[in-house]
Amino acid sequence: MMDGDLTSPRGYEDALTGEQKIRNFNINFGPQHPAAHGVLRLVLELDGEIVERCDPHIGLLHRGTEKLMESRTYLQNLPYLDRLDYVAPFNQEHVWCMAIEKLTGTPVPRRAQLIRVLYAEIGRILSHLLNVTTQAMDVGALTPPLWGFEEREKLMTYCERASGGRMHMAYCRPGGVHQDITTDLIDDIEAWCQHFPTVLDDIDGLLTENRIFKQRNVDIAIVSEQEVMDWGFSGVMARGSGLAWDLRRAQPYECYDEFEFLIPTGRNGDCFDRYLVRMEEMRQSVRIMQQAIEKLRAPEGQGDVLARGKMTPPSRGDMKTSMESLIHHFKLYTEGFRVPEGEVYAAAENPKGEFGVYMVSDGTNKPYRIKLRGPGYLHLQAMDHITRGHQLADVAAIIGTLDVVFGEIDR
Amino acid sequence: MTQQLAELIDHVKLRQPDLVADWTIARDELTVEAQPTDIPALVDFLKTDEQCRFASLVDITAIDYPGDEKRFCVVYHFLSMYRNQRIRLKAYVREEEIVPSIIDIHPSANWFEREVFDMFGILFSGHPDLRRILTDYGFRGYPMRKDFPTTGYTEVRYDEVQKRVVYEPVNLTQEYRIFDFLSPWEGAEYMLPGDEKGGKA
Repeated sequence: MMDGDLTSPRGYEDALTGEQKIRNFNINFGPQHPAAHGVLRLVLELDGEIVERCDPHIGLLHRGTEKLMESRTYLQNLPYLDRLDYVAPFNQEHVWCMAIEKLTGTPVPRRAQLIRVLYAEIGRILSHLLNVTTQAMDVGALTPPLWGFEEREKLMTYCERASGGRMHMAYCRPGGVHQDITTDLIDDIEAWCQHFPTVLDDIDGLLTENRIFKQRNVDIAIVSEQEVMDWGFSGVMARGSGLAWDLRRAQPYECYDEFEFLIPTGRNGDCFDRYLVRMEEMRQSVRIMQQAIEKLRAPEGQGDVLARGKMTPPSRGDMKTSMESLIHHFKLYTEGFRVPEGEVYAAAENPKGEFGVYMVSDGTNKPYRIKLRGPGYLHLQAMDHITRGHQLADVAAIIGTLDVVFGEIDR
Repeated sequence: MTQQLAELIDHVKLRQPDLVADWTIARDELTVEAQPTDIPALVDFLKTDEQCRFASLVDITAIDYPGDEKRFCVVYHFLSMYRNQRIRLKAYVREEEIVPSIIDIHPSANWFEREVFDMFGILFSGHPDLRRILTDYGFRGYPMRKDFPTTGYTEVRYDEVQKRVVYEPVNLTQEYRIFDFLSPWEGAEYMLPGDEKGGKA
């Protein structure tokens, strides 16, 4: 007697025909599977090749980030945010800083806002490039990741030149960004913006009309508007189904309201539409980057990159001449700054969807409670709902299109 | 923004006066407090009412206040993509109290409620599958409670002799260090005797 065996209601076995003796199989997918995009374990119940039930087991990358944050100061916690969605690290630390700024009421200087927009869009391209190309790899194409990763490598060099960190930048600070970027770097990013669309065209030519790619993606995992609401989808998962919902437009933060960009939406809500949306979003991101560069060069875009005050360090020059500045520097990096009592929820449109930080402060230098809301958590939760009735081979395509990264899901 | 939120809470209070225990608007965010037993009714109202349409659940989490009579605060965040508004619901519960699940109204509450159960030990009635989610198989304790140590109680290693992973009590060569640099003097609000005129210099 095995799991999933059919039993006769009358209690005897011999009346079952051969066909009735077919039983469901439970298989274990992951945690060490290249298409699991990290450490995902799926327990799948299969009827032949059709998925009947899918139970994702998560938490294999759980590091207790939220617990650790409660015993560290606001500034010490910042690098933890990079390690959530490690594909687009800047976007997370940005939301963290937005939450602190909202709670303390700190204005961000214009130049810092522009640099944040520039790097947030770099993060978006980093994430979408990885997702589009590896999803293509999951369904059988090997070349796109090789081409995409080359561009990712260039972008990571720009991250390194701004902050010193290729991936985990720890560049954003409450009240601005850590260092100003040089004119050389701006010139290089501009040159890259001119070159990148040709690479996108190449990837486009490789995938969009590719017969195999379309067979594996068109009409797979169709998501309706009702499902978007029921399952709390955001980002590309919502836009792929025709909802033009983008927090950059709907609830603008930084200076996104000054930028001209379009919000691509899909029509059918299937994997292929989400692929097309991601490709178009990368083109729009390049547009935003070019506008940000232009604004950075304009006279209004000059100036300091940190709101100088108690939350940010004094300049090196001050520190070496003024005793007060030296004390301020010492106190800032040992005690940290205090955040007024209260609670706040800050959210931004990250590459994968709405990333939110819910921060409860008790007025000390450490947060009382932090909840990190990753979009991937909700997307993966709907896995059971979406995969039901699909083929086993589609599971890999669906995990790819959900754009899950376990850093932010397991936290 | 605050104006719209004030209109929203007026509307909610008008239609559901029994469900709203308290409310505040701070930093352009609306927080509504409700009794735990009223949560499903209020969530359902917020989802279906034409003026609200809070159709997407953003987050469910909890906060631990050890020492308080109602130890936990369960926090819900909702978003209305149609009205472009957000709302936060709060319910304070005692340690042994069971919160009604909102899974019938928002299917996406499933994992959030599992996570709150896993991390805080708050039970949800009507949840079909209240298993642990993020912690290890066979984990004991509720890690996000304030009385749970950051280091935990057990650690794992691969045992060469037994050829398997073994669980052992945590053994640190150096005590886990928390540096508390919080200045005890700053922010004192009291006035020193004889210093009444000094104050705001």
